[in-house]
Amino acid sequence: MKKDITSGAPRIREPLNDTQLLMTITICIFVAMYAAAMIFMRGGFLKAQQFFDLLNDNAYLIIISCSLTIVMIGGGINISVGGVISLTVMACAMYLESSSSTSILTTLLLALGIGLAFGLLQGFLISYLEIQPFIVTLAGMFLARGLTTILSVNPVKVTHERFLNLVKTKVEIAWLGYTAKNGALIPAKLEIGAVVALMVVVLVYLMLRYTRLGRNIYAIGGNQQSALMLGINVKLTRFWSYVLSGSLSGLAGFVFLMHKPAGNASVALRSEMDAIASSIIGGTLLTGGVGNVIGSFFGTMILGTIQKIIALSPLNASWWQEMANGAMLGLFIMLQSVILMRRHNKKH
Amino acid sequence: MHDRKTLSRGNNGLGQLLIPLIALAILILFNLFRDPGFYAIGISVNNSGNKVLTGNIISVIDSASELAIIAMGMTIVTAATGGQDISVGAVGTIAGSIFVKILKGFAGINIWTVLLGILVCCIVTVLFTSFNGMLVSVFRIQPMIATLILFSCGRSIAYWIIGSATPQIISPIISAMGMTIPGIPIPTPIFGVILVALVLVLLFRFTTLRLYTESVGVNQGAARLNGINPVAIKMLSFVILGICVAIAGIIGTCRMGQVSLKTLLVDIEMDAILAVAIGGNSLGGGRFRIGASVLGAYIIQMLTTTLLAMRVDPVNIKAYKAVMIIIIVVAGSPVIKRKLSQLWNRLRAGRAKVAVQKGGR
Repeated sequence: MKKDITSGAPRIREPLNDTQLLMTITICIFVAMYAAAMIFMRGGFLKAQQFFDLLNDNAYLIIISCSLTIVMIGGGINISVGGVISLTVMACAMYLESSSSTSILTTLLLALGIGLAFGLLQGFLISYLEIQPFIVTLAGMFLARGLTTILSVNPVKVTHERFLNLVKTKVEIAWLGYTAKNGALIPAKLEIGAVVALMVVVLVYLMLRYTRLGRNIYAIGGNQQSALMLGINVKLTRFWSYVLSGSLSGLAGFVFLMHKPAGNASVALRSEMDAIASSIIGGTLLTGGVGNVIGSFFGTMILGTIQKIIALSPLNASWWQEMANGAMLGLFIMLQSVILMRRHNKKH
Repeated sequence: MHDRKTLSRGNNGLGQLLIPLIALAILILFNLFRDPGFYAIGISVNNSGNKVLTGNIISVIDSASELAIIAMGMTIVTAATGGQDISVGAVGTIAGSIFVKILKGFAGINIWTVLLGILVCCIVTVLFTSFNGMLVSVFRIQPMIATLILFSCGRSIAYWIIGSATPQIISPIISAMGMTIPGIPIPTPIFGVILVALVLVLLFRFTTLRLYTESVGVNQGAARLNGINPVAIKMLSFVILGICVAIAGIIGTCRMGQVSLKTLLVDIEMDAILAVAIGGNSLGGGRFRIGASVLGAYIIQMLTTTLLAMRVDPVNIKAYKAVMIIIIVVAGSPVIKRKLSQLWNRLRAGRAKVAVQKGGR
């Protein structure tokens, strides 16, 4: 019986079609927006480096969007991701600063360990003690933010030599580069964090699409009762979705540290809301069962592009940024709601 | 899934109040043993020469006022829609800036301009929350997603209303509203809470609104088939929340004498949802108790004040708060409750058996 679900029985086709539709719209809007920016803003947007910077700056956000997409498809929510990032960044920065001989691998393990610990705890409370996910992850956010300030109230700058070398290491793509004014060719640069983020997107996509766990997550988000009757272990699946989500936020913390090598109590403030917004723009429904990480990736890119456009335009940056985000989110939410309502009305 | 929701969900007798009352009792006893002086209430004279009551208890009840008022509105929205409004802090800031903008528009601040300010402020805030309500009820968007829009741009709208300058509003009326009225030693915000609570209790006790709200929250389809208009009920819940948010925003503004966009009602949405959950209300909608949410709000404030009195660094409070919240929600979790009642039944059954055996002999 379990085999039938994993091999893609036609009954799970329907939500996937909704997913694809919403994702296509998101991708189209991103392409249109970027093209418009290229035409009207010119300047930086014509260079490939601008696109790569978008990836570099938003690498951690891409990873936590994936992490949120997983739990949202399963019908849950995780608002502790921003807090876990700040805790991971602070803990890793302090660990790296503790002595110059600390290895980078153990730092990465520390980051993943913190994320995993949060994932395990929250997953247990949510799936086995049946406490509302919003409350549990809200407490998780408070805990992570509080532990960050307990570790250190002051910013911790990383001076660890090998880690800084790793931060400086970039993937250079020469043919996408541009010629500077003095005639030297400057290759387009992609940070390691961005590469990691892209890999995470692909891996999570494959995981959700082709593994039993991934299919089960869609099933419990779509209809918990039928999933239970199909013999899916609902509690275990939900538990794993939170463990995955927690570990990914630990990884996102490490990627953040590679982008900005300093621990700070206010790191990634409100980033959980940005990640939720990205997932929603990408076509994930909070009700569960519908969603796709590729869409979330483009959702993050849309928010990043808005940020870049506003930063380059003569508007008062932070306030206009929030307004534009809000307006964009409103537009997408309305659009999705109207499309889904029309489709469902047609069917009945 | 919706069919499985019945009116009996969310165990709603006095049992709902058991966990929050125990939590509050533990906090009170803990403070009593730690430092009996915690409960000392004194009378002092404040800057404007009024006699005011001082003491930790007064400060808990006073500073939880905004939270308690918003938690009441949040309870009703939660009950009707099965979701939460996370934009209350941002909309409260809009309310505060509208209030200040109107007062600054007149030459002097007198009782009439203040009343006009409150009225306009309530109307504008209700318009904003109605926007949320429309998205939720007409477009059938999850409340948390719908309110994410105003959550992310509400403070920017407030900035746009009031501009970069944050003007001080200084007047005896404003300080009377935010602190104490001359001659009455109890802080005014407490009366605000009592007023809102009284209105809501009267509204839900003596009209059919409570039944309608719970029906829509439990099963929207069934409510519609029974002649209740779910769209109207959900909109109404957001209107009530809007008025609560406006009052909380005005109290917060009067307390500080100005609107500070970064700190007014900051993070209050999270605390309000927590208050609703700690009070034992189901976050999935349906039956509700407004009093339980108010109790939740005071527990949160009591916790913060206790930690502050223990000289915990204010920036670290969040971590301790999180641990306490986890303990409270675990104690109130359905699984633990089920296990405890099973254990209780087994104990009683065992005792009954023993009694039967004894009787047999």
